Amino acid sequence: MLNSWFPNVSWEKMWEATIETLYMTSISVIATFFLGIILGLLLFLTSKGNIWENNIVNKVISAFVNIFRSIPFLILIVLLIPFTMFLLGTMIGKDAALPALIIGSAPFYARMVEIGLREIDKGVIEAAKSMGAKTSTIIFKVLLPESMPALISGITVTAIALVGYTAMAGVIGAGGLGNLAYLEGFQRSRNDVTLMATIIILIIVFIIQFIGDFITNKLDKR
Amino acid sequence: MISIKNVQKIFSSKHGQVKAVDEVNLEINEGEIFGVIGYSGAGKSTLIRMLNGLEIPSSGTVVVANNEVSHIKGKSLRKARQEISMIFQHFNLLWSRTVRQNIAFPLEIADVPKGERLKRVDELIKLVGLEGREDAYPSQLSGGQKQRVGIARALANNPKVLLCDEATSALDPETTNSILELLVDINERLGLTIVLITHEMHVIRKICHRVAVMENGKVVEMGPVMEVFKNPKAQITKRFVHQVTESEETKETIQQILESYPQGQIVQLSFVGDAVEQPLMTNLIRDFNITVNILHGNISHTQTGSYGTLFIHLDGDESEITRAIDFIHSKQVGVEVISNA
Repeated sequence: MLNSWFPNVSWEKMWEATIETLYMTSISVIATFFLGIILGLLLFLTSKGNIWENNIVNKVISAFVNIFRSIPFLILIVLLIPFTMFLLGTMIGKDAALPALIIGSAPFYARMVEIGLREIDKGVIEAAKSMGAKTSTIIFKVLLPESMPALISGITVTAIALVGYTAMAGVIGAGGLGNLAYLEGFQRSRNDVTLMATIIILIIVFIIQFIGDFITNKLDKR
Repeated sequence: MISIKNVQKIFSSKHGQVKAVDEVNLEINEGEIFGVIGYSGAGKSTLIRMLNGLEIPSSGTVVVANNEVSHIKGKSLRKARQEISMIFQHFNLLWSRTVRQNIAFPLEIADVPKGERLKRVDELIKLVGLEGREDAYPSQLSGGQKQRVGIARALANNPKVLLCDEATSALDPETTNSILELLVDINERLGLTIVLITHEMHVIRKICHRVAVMENGKVVEMGPVMEVFKNPKAQITKRFVHQVTESEETKETIQQILESYPQGQIVQLSFVGDAVEQPLMTNLIRDFNITVNILHGNISHTQTGSYGTLFIHLDGDESEITRAIDFIHSKQVGVEVISNA
């Protein structure tokens, strides 16, 4: 029955594209998570009234984050072609999309991390200081655990955005479901292929949202 | 134990400079419960935060348990802070950790090995009376229980000094009393020096040995709690003392008394410590030719003794009343004539 509704879908290709999309999404989500947390922590810690208060560093990181957050993703990929070529020697295939995916989403996530950290009660940080905690202790035992629900729900939103980005990256040759939908579906006017790719992307998004919500609820003891 | 010398703290804001703490000098003894009272904005919060280096004085020195907190930095400050712990008005517990894990946090900071940590946490849970709640999260606790966790956490590393920053201001009266009793118990059992700031005279009366009254960044009055109660000098101190000795109810009662006794004199007597125990009324009635009528009285307990007020009505010959009042004076009892009828 499935074959009669989707006569032009090659399930082998579809599966391969799904794996590519999952590969691009998961690698970029993991990298974004760590990079975003580092940037978000720096933004938070160097802001006014915090441990590493430093206006200049804060402004520089903030400007960097804002610039990369504002560039439309499709343009960012094009702008990053020389960088990708230098890094990977190619601009086609699943790995080629990674630099643009990570650079495009880490600043976005960094802002969410910063917002999550700001929500921590200042008194709790002060209490840790009054106990004689080092900055690293404050970061790893207070800031990150206390903001973890916000960090997880933030990365969930970012991961869903990243699934969309991988599809866009696919259009210019990065592989995955977006690439398949564009080349096989749109350009050859096989709407069933486009539809199937869309359905699979939707399923991926739902699963990500479900996992994200589940972990957030599990962690939130407030 | 704690010595604060010529300490000033100036905050600069857009609207100019604000002197939060102005030339404060204090000596706090080992094992003492020392209270600082003042209204909000008096500088008491800034003062207590200078005792563990959360604020650095603009000038002057602060020495706590042989650490010059006002000058040390980095590792030595962190080490000193393990000996000077603090509890807070809003408890400041980590919501992501259970009671047990919250209490273990300062021990983790001090690099206490895990086995020892667990043992110490169990001791502390018993000390503050939180048995059975070890695995609860702060959101599942009442305010009083949260503050008990705060106290257990503060005691974890066997500090020499405990700083209480409005520790009972967010609690209801009943819970406040139980937390204050716990603090007294800890003070007596562990010999811990406690410095607390508050805006409630009730807290000072109940547990402090000595008190400093702050207004506009200055200490305007200081002394043993009983002395201050007996003989408040500054206007603001009188207001604080009235908080506990004269309730609204008392004021109304006096008003009524004044109206219903048009003759004679109404006198307010204040008894402190031993004076409470003399047979003053008997002597008054025996030795003077006047009628004595007891109208209203109450007794407040402080950490170092009792403080009582008594309103009496004296009727009779005017010269005899004057002699009676002089007699009361000679017995070391405070006398205040409320109004001539």
